[in-house]
Amino acid sequence: MVNRLEFEVTADHAPPLFQLADNDFQVFQLPEQFAISLVELDGRWKNLQRQTHPDQFVRQDISSQRLAMQWTVRINEAYQRLKDPLKRAAYLCELRGAPIEAENNTAMPAAFLMQQMQWREDLDDASTIEAIEQLHTQVMQSRSQLLNDCAQDLDQHNHPQSAMQHVRALMFLDRFIQDIEKRIDAMT
Amino acid sequence: MALLQISEPGQAPDPHQRRIAIGIDLGTTHSLVASVRNGVAECLPDELGHVILPSAVRYLANGGRQIGVEAFNAQSQDPQNTIVSVKRLMGRGLHDITNATQLPYQLIQREGMVGIQTVLGEKSPVEVSAEILATLRYRAEDTFGEDIYGAVITVPAYFDDAQRQATKDAAQLAGIEVLRLINEPTAAAIAYGLDNASEGIYAVYDLGGGTFDISILQLTRGVFEVLATGGDSALGGDDYDRALCDWVLSQHKRKVLTPADRSFVIMASRACKEDLSQHEKTIFKVQFSDGALEVEVTRAQFESVCAHLTQKTLTAVKKALRDAKLSISDVKGVVMVGGSTRMPHIQTAVGQLLGQTPLTNLNPDEVVALGASLQANQLAGNNPNGEMLLLDVIPLSLGIETMGGLVERIVPRNQTIPTAMAQDFTTYQDGQTALALHVLQGERDLVVDCRSLAKFELRGIPPMTAGAARIRVTFTVDADGLLQVTAKEQISGVQAHIDVKPSYGLSDEQIAKMLQDGFSTAQYDKNARSLAEAKLEADRMWIAAQSALSADGQLLSDKERKNIEQLMKATLEAKQLDQPAPIVAATDALAKGTEAFAALRMNHSIAKALSGKNIETL
Repeated sequence: MVNRLEFEVTADHAPPLFQLADNDFQVFQLPEQFAISLVELDGRWKNLQRQTHPDQFVRQDISSQRLAMQWTVRINEAYQRLKDPLKRAAYLCELRGAPIEAENNTAMPAAFLMQQMQWREDLDDASTIEAIEQLHTQVMQSRSQLLNDCAQDLDQHNHPQSAMQHVRALMFLDRFIQDIEKRIDAMT
Repeated sequence: MALLQISEPGQAPDPHQRRIAIGIDLGTTHSLVASVRNGVAECLPDELGHVILPSAVRYLANGGRQIGVEAFNAQSQDPQNTIVSVKRLMGRGLHDITNATQLPYQLIQREGMVGIQTVLGEKSPVEVSAEILATLRYRAEDTFGEDIYGAVITVPAYFDDAQRQATKDAAQLAGIEVLRLINEPTAAAIAYGLDNASEGIYAVYDLGGGTFDISILQLTRGVFEVLATGGDSALGGDDYDRALCDWVLSQHKRKVLTPADRSFVIMASRACKEDLSQHEKTIFKVQFSDGALEVEVTRAQFESVCAHLTQKTLTAVKKALRDAKLSISDVKGVVMVGGSTRMPHIQTAVGQLLGQTPLTNLNPDEVVALGASLQANQLAGNNPNGEMLLLDVIPLSLGIETMGGLVERIVPRNQTIPTAMAQDFTTYQDGQTALALHVLQGERDLVVDCRSLAKFELRGIPPMTAGAARIRVTFTVDADGLLQVTAKEQISGVQAHIDVKPSYGLSDEQIAKMLQDGFSTAQYDKNARSLAEAKLEADRMWIAAQSALSADGQLLSDKERKNIEQLMKATLEAKQLDQPAPIVAATDALAKGTEAFAALRMNHSIAKALSGKNIETL
């Protein structure tokens, strides 16, 4: 499923600084890499929103409002994607020719699956909230490690295929983390 | 006109023209209107000096209405025609109203939004709300002696699309131009934030008459960013009244027999609850048709009877913090909003959970209207140096129905708005020219567990073999939190025509009929209104064009500039004709003629924003 927005380009003779069809890094004029300054990203996002948010165009006519809407939506889309480390990693993989295509590729390495199964058993066996929270911490540590590996693959080694595998593993892991958190919710 | 008002200091469209913009808090039990005068936000009083308008509307047999205090005072005497707490019926079906049989007035089962039976026939909750809005609009117009430019109306953050749309429809009936719908907690944050000039993470706990919201916001130098929101749009002070009432009746084995009795007992319960905020014990006193009931109730008993309601709110607070990926220690301040937060045990419970004393220095009844008026003031252009930016979120996930009664999520909750998601669909029959989509709101996986929003029918798809079409459907949630759907078949480039059938809303035809029938309080005069509006719109466009030329005229060639000036001149000439149609035509021509200039200015401004001249490092 492709989640790409399509925009009508109405300005045909303006020399734009960024096109609506540019990638997210170009929108924020940030280097195309995993390592990012979240403070810088947040600041630029707010600045761009000051210029394009519909509140600035309330007094204008419908076509201005529509135009502003396209820009503001695009800026929000790019921001959401770059802000979240996992989404950013997946996006970079796509840009570098190693798309995730999660629905089509469900096979995971055996060792990884064994770990998942073990953890699932641990979750089922856990009866106290302390035990569950301990498991949560363990899984989160594994998650951090995977993210680091992914970052290195993208920024240092330029191995998008390898990074893509890490992203898929992280997506798998995140679903399990959601289940742990549901258990914690149910107990509090 | 497609000239973008890129707000930079000193660039107001016309510095000498101040527009009357108002903020309206359309509450379950109380409504207020506020405006900014001489730089200060204040609630506008009625002729007797009261700022609160009880949200009560009474329909009279002679065709008239009473709205506000008069209606509120008449509710026990005329319970079936005095509509109170109508906000709980907006965008709701009869099956949604859990205490329908306990209400003093009669509800009517309808396919979508519930109807209300009155002596003047069936009324929609939208019409009842419009009466309240119109009364506030007149109050503002009488105060200022001129028409209002527009209003910001608040809604609970947890209101879904149907409830929001119903609010906008009510404003339309009342003849009010809605500049923006904003969320009540965000409005309160504006009033507190700008007042206390503070920065950091704030939790806004808003317990009103009928709704509960919890919003977690980050305030940084005029930017109000909502990180997460939660709540219950059917939990409020009314429910505390109900819990107390039910307990007292069951303790004393009394039954409620007549509509008047239903009204009396609820009013007595509310009075008792309010008194217990000031005293440790009080007398629950009610005169039924079959005799009186007088019992002592202690604060402890009351708190025990409604503990489960308060617990629900605290659970929602914890969930919102988790959604925002924050812990309790990250919260710098807690703001309490809504009359129901006057209950001592609420303040204690929230203070205990969040580990700090909540802020209550602003009047909890007025703070939402005040915040809305500050936003309205800025949107109307009266505050060109204003730095306020509201970045709010959608409170509930949006999804579409797929095979097997499942819901596929397309927009997740707590996503910053405006936002859009696109999804591709195809046809399953040869020559198929239409496609139906069912959109729902909610977090569950099954259609039956989510809330139906609307059915969208996409028409005009060019006939092709089954599976060949690539229909890209774009779901856009705008800054009011409302969903818009557009669809385009990619191969042919044909834009599909969309028919919207809201599940719990009024159709365009129904609204048109209500307007035509002469929505009485608004004294809607179509002709006079459309001429006035056309002139106002023409002035707006002309002034904005002039301002844009002064600021960025150098971006245009001589020929382009002369073209725009010609269109501006034609607009002024059209105004002289005193007929709406030519004015609208000239305004539209000016709009079209400046579209390209708008895009130029936008790019120019963004270039400046990104080149480091305007970037503020946080």
